Amino acid sequence: MNAIEVRGLRKDYGANTAVAGIDLHVAQGEVFALLGPNGAGKTTTVEILEGHRHRTSGEATVLGEDPGKAGRHWRSRIGIVLQTATDSAELTVAETVKHYAGYYPNPRSVTDVIDVCGLTEKAGARIRSLSGGQRRRVDVALGIVGNPELLFLDEPTTGFDPQARRQFWDLVRTLAADGTTIVLTTHYLDEAEALAGRLAVIADGRIVAEGTPATLGGRETAQATVTWTDDTGPHELRTDDPVAAVAALAGQNIGGLRVHQPTLEDVYLDLIGAAA
Amino acid sequence: MSTGALPGTASVGLSRGQAELRMFFRAKEAVIFTFAFPAFLLVLLGSIFTKADPGLTVPMSQVFAASMIAYGILSTAFLTTGVGIAIDREDGTLKRLRGTPVTAGAYFVGKIVLVAVATLAEVVLLLAVGVLLFDLSLPTDPARWLTLAWLLVLSVLSCTLLGIAASSVAKSGKSAPAVLNLPVIALQFISGIFVHISVLPGPMVTVASFFPVKWMGQGFRSVFLPDSMMVGEVAGSWEHGMTALVLGAWCVIGLVLCLLTFRWSERQAG
Ligand SMILES: Nc1ncnc2c1ncn2[C@@H]1O[C@H](COP(=O)(O)OP(=O)(O)OP(=O)(O)O)[C@@H](O)[C@H]1O
Ligand SMILES: [Mg+2]
Repeated sequence: MNAIEVRGLRKDYGANTAVAGIDLHVAQGEVFALLGPNGAGKTTTVEILEGHRHRTSGEATVLGEDPGKAGRHWRSRIGIVLQTATDSAELTVAETVKHYAGYYPNPRSVTDVIDVCGLTEKAGARIRSLSGGQRRRVDVALGIVGNPELLFLDEPTTGFDPQARRQFWDLVRTLAADGTTIVLTTHYLDEAEALAGRLAVIADGRIVAEGTPATLGGRETAQATVTWTDDTGPHELRTDDPVAAVAALAGQNIGGLRVHQPTLEDVYLDLIGAAA
Repeated sequence: MSTGALPGTASVGLSRGQAELRMFFRAKEAVIFTFAFPAFLLVLLGSIFTKADPGLTVPMSQVFAASMIAYGILSTAFLTTGVGIAIDREDGTLKRLRGTPVTAGAYFVGKIVLVAVATLAEVVLLLAVGVLLFDLSLPTDPARWLTLAWLLVLSVLSCTLLGIAASSVAKSGKSAPAVLNLPVIALQFISGIFVHISVLPGPMVTVASFFPVKWMGQGFRSVFLPDSMMVGEVAGSWEHGMTALVLGAWCVIGLVLCLLTFRWSERQAG
């Protein structure tokens, strides 16, 4: 059974359509990333699946239930990291994580959660006194403390330094290895590439491409670009077979040889450009 | 994975109460402006009006000390819950809770614990000021303490419920203190808390009689002032039956308003 099944999902805010009929499914244990420019409808989609917003039309099933009607038991099986939050400022990190652990039937160990989120040094600090990135790690800690089967992460690493981001990736991989299904939105393509088994690009409320990081938008079959310079100047060759192209140059007097395969970012920008 | 039972509303509510108390007493502005403000006003008013009004036997400072408990409860119950929930709604606390298995009931139990503890502390503080600065004497008759007990329960309950309902009136956490203080201050004046009820124009008192504050002030005066002071009241008596009736009615109205208006989120199309 899929953890998430969505068909024809639509959300209108008055006359403005934020989500214009999308279909998607996320298998149990999968890490699924949702990419797309600002205002594309990522948060709207994810918050409908979390039960925070009502959909205008379409069908959605999350862990076997309709998120618009699901109850407490369903909520205890999901974890949510919202895009924005500024609450519980006067409590310490440890107090907050411990308090939230008490909401769940099978919470994770509080010390463990604080540790894997890189907050051990700040455990006794008031949340108000934390930096933006540290504050965000608390959001992640509160999202995972209930030991969820399905975890929603809406731009979880915004404001993380590079080291914290790598640490967070390790955490996501560990959770995924334990069988947690993860739905992630992000603007960082390296993050999507590092974590996601599958991803979808959403633009203007529609899914414009879906696939694995290696195959998205025909990336695996896209032409490579070979560039080099010789006596007559710079050359550029787009080819399906870069190995043959490079071999043909063997023995010639050339410099600056480069083979460029399209990155996820190239593919993504093409998709977004085409949709706009 | 999740085979354990969901934690109960009562135990989660108590743990929320503990967290609420920590947050309340750690936020210095709230403690100073909400919690200490009634005592501050009592010190000022009691020091200005030291004499007894003509025909009355007790100095005005003691009358203020008794009446001010009504303002104290409005602060700790109505304002603290009303403003607190408006802020919880704005800063994402409620939205975050909504994404967990916490029930609305547990959230409200937390608020009630906060209000109960803060109100007791407030009453003790006001009585300490009354006793130490203005020679207010605490009653020895157990019947009066019993009156105090039911007055506190009905006042706290009605004010808390009305505070929860009023939190939906404020558009944002920032505007909430201003919006909610308006009725509070107005009611203090027309209900004879900041000014003694015997000098107020009749129609004003009639309006005030429809709201809880007048009855709370009158009730607390009945606990801490001698019965000879009854002549200063509108009806010439303490009217305990009527007080219980009006406060009880406001508890019911408050509950109905809560159920009709409570929202987990800020006003949004979602
Ligand atoms: N509560 C709301 N009321 C009205 N319009 C909304 C609301 N929330 C979102 N929108 C609109 O819906 C569209 C999609 O917004 P959404 O927040 O889902 O985008 P997003 O993909 O998460 O963007 P970002 O990358 O900036 O987080 C936007 O045009 C936004 O203005
Ligand atoms: Mg978003």
